[in-house]
Amino acid sequence: MPLPVLKGAAYALIHAPQMLIHMGTTQSGERYANPDSDYLKKLPQHLREFDACLAYPPNQVFIGNATPFSLNEAAKPWYENPLPGASRFGAFGEIMPEDELLGWLKISDAFDLVMLEESFHTAITAKLQQHPLINDFDLGRLGKSATQAEINHQINEVHAEPLYYQFNLVGCVKRAHEYDQALTAHVMTENLVAKATATIALKNLLAKNNIAPQEIDYLIECSEEACGDMNQRGGGNFAKAIGEMVQAVRATGIDMRGFCAAPVHALVTAAALVQAGVYQNVVVLAGGATAKLGMNGRDHVKKDLPLLEDVIGAFAFLVSADDGLNPIIRTDIVGRHLIGSGSAPQAVMQALVLDPLQSVGLTIPQVQMYSAEMQNPEITVPAGAGDVPLANYKMIAALAAMKGMIDRSEVNSFGEKHGMPGFAPTQGHIPSGVPFLGHARTMMLAKELNNTMIIGKGSLFLGRMTNLFDGVSFVMEHNHGQGAAQEGVSKDEVRVLIAEALRSFAATLLA
Amino acid sequence: MDLENQARIKEFAASLGAENILVILGGAEAEAAGLAAETVTAGDPTFAGPLAGVSLGLAVYHVLENEIKSECDAAVYEEQIGMMEMVLDVEAIQKEVSSIRVQYSKF
Repeated sequence: MPLPVLKGAAYALIHAPQMLIHMGTTQSGERYANPDSDYLKKLPQHLREFDACLAYPPNQVFIGNATPFSLNEAAKPWYENPLPGASRFGAFGEIMPEDELLGWLKISDAFDLVMLEESFHTAITAKLQQHPLINDFDLGRLGKSATQAEINHQINEVHAEPLYYQFNLVGCVKRAHEYDQALTAHVMTENLVAKATATIALKNLLAKNNIAPQEIDYLIECSEEACGDMNQRGGGNFAKAIGEMVQAVRATGIDMRGFCAAPVHALVTAAALVQAGVYQNVVVLAGGATAKLGMNGRDHVKKDLPLLEDVIGAFAFLVSADDGLNPIIRTDIVGRHLIGSGSAPQAVMQALVLDPLQSVGLTIPQVQMYSAEMQNPEITVPAGAGDVPLANYKMIAALAAMKGMIDRSEVNSFGEKHGMPGFAPTQGHIPSGVPFLGHARTMMLAKELNNTMIIGKGSLFLGRMTNLFDGVSFVMEHNHGQGAAQEGVSKDEVRVLIAEALRSFAATLLA
Repeated sequence: MDLENQARIKEFAASLGAENILVILGGAEAEAAGLAAETVTAGDPTFAGPLAGVSLGLAVYHVLENEIKSECDAAVYEEQIGMMEMVLDVEAIQKEVSSIRVQYSKF
C-alpha cells in the first residue's frame, strides 16, 4: 500500500475590514442590541489599511515569507513593528485586498446573485487582469455590472446584503429565495465568501506546486459554513463547487464538518483514501468565515489596539501517494478524542497526544514539534483568552511530566523547544493545527525537521447537540525515501518471481 | 460570560434561591475567571447579558482554589485537574476570584 504524503500546502489571507464591520457577528450583535454604542462609533478608527495588514509579521509567516520561529525574535507588539520587505505573495500563497475579494465573489457566483456597481466593476476587472493566477475562464465569469439604482433597489426593497469597499457601497448579494432561511442574502454572502476564499487558496496550491487541476481525484472541504436549502440545510457541496472553479474536471468531492477539528479529520480521511488506493490525489481545503471577523473587537478597541481580526483565512493541501520525497502522514499514529474519553483537559490530551504516541512506542519529547491551536496571541491575550499555543504546549508538557517523560521543571520551557508562537487568525478551523503544515513540509524537505504532531480540536457544544468535546491528531514525518524505493524493489522482486515460476513451469512442460 | 449561561444561572437563582447556589468556575485565565465571578455576583460588567444590572451576590469559587480542592477526593482531583494545576497561573486566578468574592458575594 502506498503511504500518503503531503505533496503541497497553500495558504491565503484576505483583508476584509468592511466585512468586519458589516458581517462580523460581534459587530452585527452590537448593532442589534446597542446601535448607538461607543464601540460602534470607535470601530472605524481601529481598522487597518491593507499595507499594515500585509506587513503584519504573523500574516507574513502565514503565507510563508518568514518562519514561525522568526516571531520569537520579532519586536513586540507585532502590529507596531511591520516586517521590512513584506510581500503580498509568499512561498505558500498570498494576502489579498478586499476589492479583489469582491471581484472573486462575482467570479464564484453561479446563480447571478452578486451585483457590482459599474465603476467598481470596471476598476476591479482591470485590477484582477493583473493577478498572476487569474485566467480567461475566471475573467469571463466577472460578467456584467449593475447600476447604483439597481443595487439600491435590491438592498432597500429585496433584503440584499450590501457590499462595501473603503466605506463606499459598491455592490450587493441578492437573496437566493423569497423566504428560505437557508438562502437569505446574508447566508449566500457567507457561503460565497467561503467558496471564493477556498478557490484562492486552491489556485495557489496548484500554481505553487505545479499541479494540473485534472490531476485532482477528490476534494474534501472542511470549513465551518453550511450550504443547502430549507429542506437540507447543510446538504453541500462546497468541495465540488470549488473544484469547478479551477476546472478540476476529473474530481468529485465532499464536505466534512467537525468545527475546528474538521481540517485534521479531513487530512486523516484524505491520507486513508490515498493509502487504500481509492484516490491518488486528494485535496483538503477550506475558505474562511466572515462571522468571525472582529470577534474580539470590543476588547481590542477598549485596549486601543488595531482590529487585528481583519482577515479571512483559507488553506489548501494536497495529499498524494508516496513519492519518496514529501513528508509522510503516519496513519498509524492517529489520536482521537473518543465519545468515552471525557472532556477534562487531561483526558483530551491523553487521547490526542499520549495514546497515539505510546501505541507505536514513542514518548512525548520524541516528537520534535507540536502544532495545536495556532491562534495569534496578540489577538487572544488582550481578549482574556490567553496565549492559546503556549497553553497547549504547557498542557502537553504537564502530561509528559506526569508520565515521567520530562522533569517538572521543564514544563514551562517545553514550548520553546517543541513549539512556536501562534501566527494564525482566529478563524476557527483555520488556526487548528494545520497552519504549520506548510512550514513543516519545507523543513522536512530541507531535512531540518524529523517529525511533527498536528492537533485539531473542536468545541462541539456550540452546535447544541452534545456537550462532548472533539479532537483528532496525526504525526507527519520526514520521508527517508524508503517507502517509494521499497515499493520499486518489491515490484522488481515480483517480476523475478513470476519469471522464475514461468521458467520452471515451462521446464516441466518440456520435460 | 456566555449569555446562555447567564440566563441559566439567573433562572437557578430564581427557582432555587440565591443562598442555595455555589458557582464553581473553571476559566483558564485570571482575568476571564474574574469577569465570570463578577457576573454572578455584582452583575454582567459587559452589560450584554441577562445578568446586566442584576447583582445576585452568589457564592463563587474557582476549582483551583483551596476551598474547593480540599473538598475533593485527592485522587479524583489529581486525575481531573492535576495537569491543569501544573499549567495555569493558580496564584493569579485565586487572587482574582477571591477578591471579587470578598467584594460582592452575599452568601
